[in-house]
Amino acid sequence: MTQTATKISNYEADYQAIREQRAASNPAWLTQLGDQAWTRFTELGFPTARRGNERWKYTNVAPIANASFGLSSDLVAGSDHESELRRAAPWDDEWINLVFLDGRFSKVLSNLNASDSGNGRILVNNLAEAINSGAANLEQLLAKHVKFQEDGFAALNTAFLGDGAFVQVPDGSVLQSPVNLIYLTSTSNQPTVCYPRTLVAVGKGAQATVIESYVGIKSGALNPEYFTNAVTEISLAEGAILDHYRVVSEAKQAFHVGTSRISQGHDSVFSSASFAIGATLARNDFEVLLDGPGASCNLNGLYLTADAQHMDNLISIDHAQPHTSSQLNYKGILDGKSRAVFGGQVLVRKDAQKVSAHQSDKNLLLSSQAEVDSKPSLLIYADDVQCGHGATAGHVDKDSLFYLRSRGLDADTASRMLVHAFAREVIETVKVEPLKQFLDELFLEAIPETGLKLGGAA
Amino acid sequence: MASSVTPPKSKAEPKVISRTSSDLDADYKWGFTIDIESEVIPKGLNEDVVRLISQKKGEPDWMLEWRLKAYRHWVKQDYREPTWANIQHPPIDYQDIIYYAAPGSKDDAPKSLDEVDPEILEAFDKLGIPLAERERLAGVAVDAVLDSVSVATTYQDMLEKAGIIFCPISEAIKNHPDLVKKYLGSVVPFADNFYAGLNSAVFSDGSFAYIPPGVRCPIELMTYFRINQADSGQFERTLIIADKGSYVSYLEGCTAPARKTNQLHAAVVELVALEDAEIKYSTLQNWFPGDKDGNGGVYNFVTKRGICKERNSKISWTQVETGSAITWKYPSVILKGDNSVGEFYSVALVNNFQQADTGTKMIHQGKNTKSTIVAKGISAGKGNATYRGLVKINSGAQGAKNFTQCDSLLIGDQCGAHTVPYIEVKNSSAQVEHEASTSKVSDDQLFYCQQRGISVEDAHYMIINGFCRDIFQELPFEFAMEAGQLLKVSLEGAVG
Repeated sequence: MTQTATKISNYEADYQAIREQRAASNPAWLTQLGDQAWTRFTELGFPTARRGNERWKYTNVAPIANASFGLSSDLVAGSDHESELRRAAPWDDEWINLVFLDGRFSKVLSNLNASDSGNGRILVNNLAEAINSGAANLEQLLAKHVKFQEDGFAALNTAFLGDGAFVQVPDGSVLQSPVNLIYLTSTSNQPTVCYPRTLVAVGKGAQATVIESYVGIKSGALNPEYFTNAVTEISLAEGAILDHYRVVSEAKQAFHVGTSRISQGHDSVFSSASFAIGATLARNDFEVLLDGPGASCNLNGLYLTADAQHMDNLISIDHAQPHTSSQLNYKGILDGKSRAVFGGQVLVRKDAQKVSAHQSDKNLLLSSQAEVDSKPSLLIYADDVQCGHGATAGHVDKDSLFYLRSRGLDADTASRMLVHAFAREVIETVKVEPLKQFLDELFLEAIPETGLKLGGAA
Repeated sequence: MASSVTPPKSKAEPKVISRTSSDLDADYKWGFTIDIESEVIPKGLNEDVVRLISQKKGEPDWMLEWRLKAYRHWVKQDYREPTWANIQHPPIDYQDIIYYAAPGSKDDAPKSLDEVDPEILEAFDKLGIPLAERERLAGVAVDAVLDSVSVATTYQDMLEKAGIIFCPISEAIKNHPDLVKKYLGSVVPFADNFYAGLNSAVFSDGSFAYIPPGVRCPIELMTYFRINQADSGQFERTLIIADKGSYVSYLEGCTAPARKTNQLHAAVVELVALEDAEIKYSTLQNWFPGDKDGNGGVYNFVTKRGICKERNSKISWTQVETGSAITWKYPSVILKGDNSVGEFYSVALVNNFQQADTGTKMIHQGKNTKSTIVAKGISAGKGNATYRGLVKINSGAQGAKNFTQCDSLLIGDQCGAHTVPYIEVKNSSAQVEHEASTSKVSDDQLFYCQQRGISVEDAHYMIINGFCRDIFQELPFEFAMEAGQLLKVSLEGAVG
């Protein structure tokens, strides 16, 4: 077995530069956190050794480890991208829109609807400013749920922690407008990396909607690879309600590794929908900790892959307390030579009685060369539980196809219709209307036409 | 050592493994030892031990070479056992195991059943294994393996008439070298995994069966494995070949004395089904599970794999796993021939401190191959049962189909039930379905039964039996009766 060593040196110079800046302006605890994370990263590297490593069994990150990514140095004037941005990412003028360009907050592109964020109660800000202004509780919130000690990607992100979004909803507040976070990478002329960081804290009985989008747009003639190493931490206090959307629509040559950690208190409700399309290699490592009785989560996901794309979803739900419930419903559409990996793990801890957990992963294979690897596991240490999971992989249903064709639709239209309907089930869970429309169009456009002819006409 | 329990005999009961199941005492009924003269070699493992085993079996050179190759490969792994399974055990000292134990010495090996040590016959009699051929009613040809050697094989004449070869593998190596050379290690190569490697180096005996083309084996073939010698490991090797258009049903049963120390059992079973052939393999695994506090018990680390080598062949695994302190076992089928069928039906029960990490692998290579997996896990006491299974559809497996169902039942709040399926699909025309559920015995069902005057305990057994029905139906009739009883005995103390 060959093992690719992580080229730590690729990141060394960038890190030292960041560290110097940080030491000059940032609080000491942050510098210390960065140092710890960096040291850990130098020890861990990227998880290129996959033998016996269940978390990375089906995904090879050697292409990331082998490439040399640097921080983007040339600052592009953000305003150049405005029109492209509106096309590439979900947008509504009514929302609170924060845009980050190549990892840095872009004031020009953002639209912080003053009505909600400026009332001094609800705080929607970029992290860099929160750090500089010495936001009081940042130290208590940051890097509390993401364990960078165990994960090279999270460690690297934490080491480079500089900017990102900070959404804080105080107890009892209801955030009316969705918070729209857009992490935009403008591919320049060299392989770049950015480290978006999202921190969301929803207070007791508070409510909010957060949309995270990762998009890439083209600038310049070249299309070098780029790497987005994102970390999101979300905490829901007692009785909090959060609707969360995650959209990965990176450029074709992008690498995306997203690590999300959600911690839920007593009776909190977390609903999430994750949509992925684009990126040559994308990983969505999503973990929910149900840490209070009565907490529930509902996770939906949809991914569409084509060409040689590789999409890896690793969704873990930890039922640490009794009377918690989870629902998981992920769907994949695969075309070309693409490969999708689904790893779902439901853990019911000892004495976490009266738990209900249901997992489902359904995959539609449109091409004979696509591959799906699904591993929905259940680990149960309590007895009074209702748990189940299901996984399927198959082609477009022939009977349905026949039904439509017998009514005069041609094979392509009929199968497109069926694939679209397959995707709609997840898109329908989106409660924000403009986002739903955006996603529906995004996926409808991406449904391949040619792949269906293979088995479809039979 | 004298036998601690002497089970009463009754003629009306089916005679396979759970001899005294009517007696509902939870103690392990098969835990007695017999006091016979044994020829054992010193503890430890090295190349000389491998040579010694080979020499004791009077093996030809090619066999010794094969063993040594396996041993050299195994040694390279530096005692690093696979750790991915959801099981915990202290490290095994491979130098503290007796690798060869034979009742009596080789020189005065019994020539016929009459010459077999009466003590041994009695032991198997105690277990309900009909070694004496007069018990025609049993209708099963038995190869009895005690510790490292096969002591008796019944119904030889009848099988010979049909052209069937059913004998200890040590004899097959001598008498049918062409078949053994061709197929031994062809399904489970010695480099396959740690325990298969160990087995390939030191296996001492096991069963060999060859069913010639077009023959339907007239009776069930059975191998009965028994560990008797203390501190010994059992490493048996089974090879079954079903030639074109043949059919065989094969049963396997196992028990061991109750001892305070853990004993290692690392077997390899290889099945080969040629065109239009069918092999049905049933196991009732009842190795000593350890006592109530988790002391002792057999480590059952077994590699079982079959290959549907040619078209229209079928391999079916049925297993009822109630014994062993630890079970690590994944009977698999490689579906190579077009239209071939693989089946896996399993009940795995853990109680007290037992651990089981078991499941199957279905590797679809041929076109229109089909597989069905039905796995039932029952966890009680402080036991942990894991279903771990792989369904792999290769790119050439056009029209392959799989259906998998894994259900787990939890009894008590100290146990664990886990389901870890792996699904790898590389062909778009394939249809793969997997579903799993985990829950405890439904209160509503219990209430319903109790309301009609059935005791809590009986209600539990009824529900559990119903839960396992799909699997028991797949077992040959006598085995199915036994399995039900075995379950009841194994669960004693956990319900009600």
